Amino acid sequence: MASPGDKHIKQYVISVKVENRFGVLARVAGLFSARGYNIDSLTVSATELEDVSIMTIVVRGDDRVIEQVKKQLNKLIDVIKVSDHTGLPTVEREFVLLKINALPGKRSEIYQLGEIFKADIADISPKTITLGVKGEPENIDNFIELMRPYGIKELMRTGRVSLLKE
Amino acid sequence: MKGAEIIIESLKKENVECMFGYPGGVVIPIFHYLFNAPFKFILSRHEQGAVHAADGYARASGRVGVAIATSGPGATNCVTGIATAHLDSVPLVVFTGQVKRSQIGNDAFQEVDITGITRPITKHNYLVQDVKDLARVIKEAFYIASTGRPGPVLIDVPIDISNAEHKFSYPETTYLRGYKPVYEGHSGQIKKACELIAGAKRPVIYAGGGVVISNASKELMEFAHKTNIPVTTTLLGLGVFPETDPLSLEMLGMHGTYYANHAVNESDLLIAVGARFDDRVTGDIAEFIPHAKVIHIDIDPASVSKTVQVDIPIVGDCKRVLAEMNKIVKPPKIEAWQEEVAKLKREHPLTYDKADKGMIKPQYVVEELYRQTNGDAIICTEVGQNQMWAAQFYKYTRPRTFISSGGLGTMGYGFPASIGAQLACPDKRVIDIAGDGSIQMNIQELIVAVQHRLPIIVAILNNCFLGMVRQWQQLFYEKRYSYTCMNFAPDFVKLAESYGAVGIRIEKYEEVIPAIRRALEITDKPIILDFLVSREENVYPMIPGGKSFKEIIMRDLA
Repeated sequence: MASPGDKHIKQYVISVKVENRFGVLARVAGLFSARGYNIDSLTVSATELEDVSIMTIVVRGDDRVIEQVKKQLNKLIDVIKVSDHTGLPTVEREFVLLKINALPGKRSEIYQLGEIFKADIADISPKTITLGVKGEPENIDNFIELMRPYGIKELMRTGRVSLLKE
Repeated sequence: MKGAEIIIESLKKENVECMFGYPGGVVIPIFHYLFNAPFKFILSRHEQGAVHAADGYARASGRVGVAIATSGPGATNCVTGIATAHLDSVPLVVFTGQVKRSQIGNDAFQEVDITGITRPITKHNYLVQDVKDLARVIKEAFYIASTGRPGPVLIDVPIDISNAEHKFSYPETTYLRGYKPVYEGHSGQIKKACELIAGAKRPVIYAGGGVVISNASKELMEFAHKTNIPVTTTLLGLGVFPETDPLSLEMLGMHGTYYANHAVNESDLLIAVGARFDDRVTGDIAEFIPHAKVIHIDIDPASVSKTVQVDIPIVGDCKRVLAEMNKIVKPPKIEAWQEEVAKLKREHPLTYDKADKGMIKPQYVVEELYRQTNGDAIICTEVGQNQMWAAQFYKYTRPRTFISSGGLGTMGYGFPASIGAQLACPDKRVIDIAGDGSIQMNIQELIVAVQHRLPIIVAILNNCFLGMVRQWQQLFYEKRYSYTCMNFAPDFVKLAESYGAVGIRIEKYEEVIPAIRRALEITDKPIILDFLVSREENVYPMIPGGKSFKEIIMRDLA
């Protein structure tokens, strides 16, 4: 089983094109859970086709097991296509909502940092600011680290979506 | 037309000849139309029995097995049967009733989420939510169950769908963009494989259940005889290559022959055909086939390099791939290897203590069943020692004559499966080789065999033990026979009689042949042969679980 300290464990990004039907999410998720794998993030997205969805799954594991999971995903009747985006040129985006401790004296500092990351100011209260940032997952990691010293009250990431570059 | 009637009409379109099942509340509308259906319906006495019977029918005939049960407990009773079929790639379509749509999720009476429960043990499953989809779903279910690597498909039908009205029109074709099994092997890979074969010095063919499923026995035989490569089969592959052929090494694996395991261990090229490198075959993966390259022919890409790294994978149908290979393959020069293998066969035959004329040896019973039926019966088995002796001491020469729960190892499988097999093959003798433990797990189905006058022979190798577990306790758990002694057992002769079957107890060697002959003369009812056998007999050879060929145990240590 995957444990964080294991050295041949790495992160994979798998994009799964599926029929837009009930039960598909459970089938896909079941293949990971049955092997004791915790999914880091999973997004289910609408596509240009009404009856097709794409799941972008970020998961850690070792090569062999991920290879097997991909083959098992391909066996699901409702799965149309499985693409492994790991290590390939892709465009990736993610969105995060952050509620940060911000007494009036700290607000302008946070605004300035937010501006660098083109953050939306989603809400302001007497003691907090809520910011929304979209971008590449690494940028979002960086922004979160910058905000940490102010005190993050709540944080929610959507999980990434990933498209292969032409 | 009502949904329930659409189901029956669809089954007619699929040319269903025989269906197994058990009624209940939410499937009454379907049973209402089953009453007049033009195909045979077999009422089991437990839903598990119905699914195993459908499975036995499918394995014996090569057709899709069909079963039906009600919601809730009816559906959960099917689970073991479905999992058994899933692990052994058996094509089944199982219908379950469901509570009406508006009640789903409300913990209604006899409600379970059976599509959720069976998701990991079906090839696919459906909850029908609109009567308009019903015919299409059934068409797809039969298609999915029987194509590619076959497997069970479950269709959950809410009662209000069964009662809803819709025009019946059965689709001609299916459109499943996510499901396209590959049948033709890649010609470049086939060529490479044949080149590797031509240069091999110690090749072995390892054939599995996939050869049975793809009806590739003839092609396998041609391939083996063309190349003179010895053939070993898995448990589920028994019969795809005649065990009477000089090239046959019989079964490999934990309880396989010494020569099969030795040859595989020494091989420089293993040609796996429709087999999946199960742990009962490989033992310790790290020590398995230390010198061999691997060619793997399988229709399921997920089977390739799953446990053993493969050098030349060929994804495709065994029958077509072997046929292509037969066109171009050149025989390797392996005379020395053939001699070595022949010598191994002579020096290490399957055997048991034949001098001991005390209690009947279970192996002898199986040998005598083979002789008395001229090897022409369909053998079903339960699970445990009975299964292994049936595999070792009956010699299989044709596919679909050995029917056993290999992957899941389901006790209680053999007898209901033999009902399905007998219905599929009415002209064959069907024998369930059973243990005294396993037979009690689905004994209620005996009345089904009596009702339909099926002359199934149940040969109980009765050692008053759960023998295989006892064997492990003896060898690996300090001989502590914890809860494996089955001294309290029914009188199987009286039990047979109470069901209207024939029961015969056999206690002495000289009674064995007459009892089997008497059973073979009976053609209108089932017969239980209760063989009281040597109690602490073990199955050998044995490669202990997770160990390698080097640790093979050949016989009891004094």
